[in-house]
Amino acid sequence: MSAITAASREAPRRPVERRRRLGGVRPGAAGPLFVAPFMVLFLLLFLAPLGYAAYLSLFQHKLIGGTTFVGLQNYVTALKDPLFLHGVARVALFFLIQVPVMLVLALLFALALDSGLMRFARVVRLGIFVPYAVPSVVATLMWGYLYGPSFGPFAQLGRHFHVPVPNFLSDSWMLASLANVVTWEFVGYNMIILYAALRTIPGELYEAAAVDGAGAWRIAWSVKLPALRPALMLTLLFSVIGSFQLFNEPKLLQTIAPNVIDSAYTANLYGYSLAFTSQQVNYAATVSFLLGLVIVIVSYTVLITANRRRAS
Amino acid sequence: MTTTTAPDRAPARTVPGVRSRRRTQAHRRSTPLTIAMLAALAYFLLPLFWLVIASTKSTQDLFNSFGLWFSHAPQLWTNVRQTLTYDNGVFGRWLLNTVVYAGVSALGAAMLAAAAGYGFAKFRFRGHGASFNLVLGAIMVPTTALAIPTYLLFAKVGLVNTPWAVILPSLINPFGLYLMRIYAEDAVPDSVIEAARIDGAGEARIFFTLALRLLAPGLVTVVLFTLVSTWNNYFLPLIMLNDPSLYPVTVGLSSWAAQAQNGGAGASSNMLALVTTGSLLSIIPLVVAFLLLQRYWQSGLASGAVKQ
Repeated sequence: MSAITAASREAPRRPVERRRRLGGVRPGAAGPLFVAPFMVLFLLLFLAPLGYAAYLSLFQHKLIGGTTFVGLQNYVTALKDPLFLHGVARVALFFLIQVPVMLVLALLFALALDSGLMRFARVVRLGIFVPYAVPSVVATLMWGYLYGPSFGPFAQLGRHFHVPVPNFLSDSWMLASLANVVTWEFVGYNMIILYAALRTIPGELYEAAAVDGAGAWRIAWSVKLPALRPALMLTLLFSVIGSFQLFNEPKLLQTIAPNVIDSAYTANLYGYSLAFTSQQVNYAATVSFLLGLVIVIVSYTVLITANRRRAS
Repeated sequence: MTTTTAPDRAPARTVPGVRSRRRTQAHRRSTPLTIAMLAALAYFLLPLFWLVIASTKSTQDLFNSFGLWFSHAPQLWTNVRQTLTYDNGVFGRWLLNTVVYAGVSALGAAMLAAAAGYGFAKFRFRGHGASFNLVLGAIMVPTTALAIPTYLLFAKVGLVNTPWAVILPSLINPFGLYLMRIYAEDAVPDSVIEAARIDGAGEARIFFTLALRLLAPGLVTVVLFTLVSTWNNYFLPLIMLNDPSLYPVTVGLSSWAAQAQNGGAGASSNMLALVTTGSLLSIIPLVVAFLLLQRYWQSGLASGAVKQ
């Protein structure tokens, strides 16, 4: 079961056990006091902005006539807005292609490191994890220059050996180039989550499997993969959230390739340009709110599908 | 010191078994696997290698020499000096801003998450389950989708274009709270709290002198997470700040990159070299911190991801 559902599911039945265990603890007011600072800020900085955006999304501002209440009109507009729909479709496509590649790589690396079969495991683990410490801004700038046709080394090598090198910043390559940047940044992070989970599998399980004559591949498939389920769910959920709100990488590559990445290339980029370029605050709030909703729906769909498949 | 030894505790239940397994497999090594993984490593280090090389070049050499090797006239120090002095040393200011934003956010977020995690783990009160589930649900809400609404709200109350606009939203880390609650359940035994109560210690004193020490390894994990995410944050400061003297290094570098792209890269200007050197300087502190503290990542992530 996934880490997140696990915790929320156990919440209802927990108090009974807990009370029994705590025995003579006085209830007192201390608990709420410890929780209060976080919850107050959570209300102010998490729920209030969401509420305010929801409120703004119900209005429209016109030069003549000022701000008027329009109900769900903005949502109707957004759901028919080709710019918004294309942005969402593009990040959905990105999610469907990039996330499986990234997670499969992270899984393979974690299994390889955990197998105990390779040399320099520590160096390799750290080296693959290091990109996570690099800001996405720097990562995108570096890859952007590496991709570049003028002084990127790939183009230089291609010219030197007279081999045609594709223009990675062209329209047909851009999504793949973005996927490469994001994969570079986050494979290591996901690998560490999976590797950490692998390290907690009890050794007796491997011994039992080995006694039964299972080889390394068989152990990986039948013992390690099932045990990795919660960790894989966690990485998958983080990836849903990450890819649907894709912004930094396309925003930065936009300066290098303005003709390829327009202001509505991803849904989030569209929301940004609505709020800050065209000053359509109400519509920007609508788009942000809808995008958040899309992400929550996809996240829960992923969770429910995974749990149902496990149950059957 | 407890903080350096304790992180191994989270997965401690199984460590003996893991160790014995490592020993039995130590004699078998696979060369093809090692080679494949070294190839993967090369891919992950390639951009960083390029960045180090690029930082030693003038803008002209960036165009005229092969990208993956040094030019005839390496000038790392010239580039570093120019980066640090350009525009009255604004780059140093950006680095300092980043340190302040990331430091305050990380410490604040970790303390808030630790107190609340401890509260949720060790106390039962009205609204306990509901509030915890509310926060858990928030893990799914993307921070970037929240950023524009937060901007709109902050613009209303006059917080935009102040350091608080970047720090305040970073103080709330739902995943950090989740980690701290799980961590507190195991790391702070009920019997210890009970004994302290019998000795007459108040709840605040128990938390600050006892629980916080036991929570230290988990706390370090949350500090690291928030530190990296705030250090690397781009979207939030981009929309919140107009004043270049308030920029963190990410927004500053992207503004330089845009300048270099839009004609600033003329023969007299060394803008492109400043962007690459600035990029290198900005990642060094975090990469070093990362390598030194990497054990905490693993233990923290293990307790978060494995808990059934």
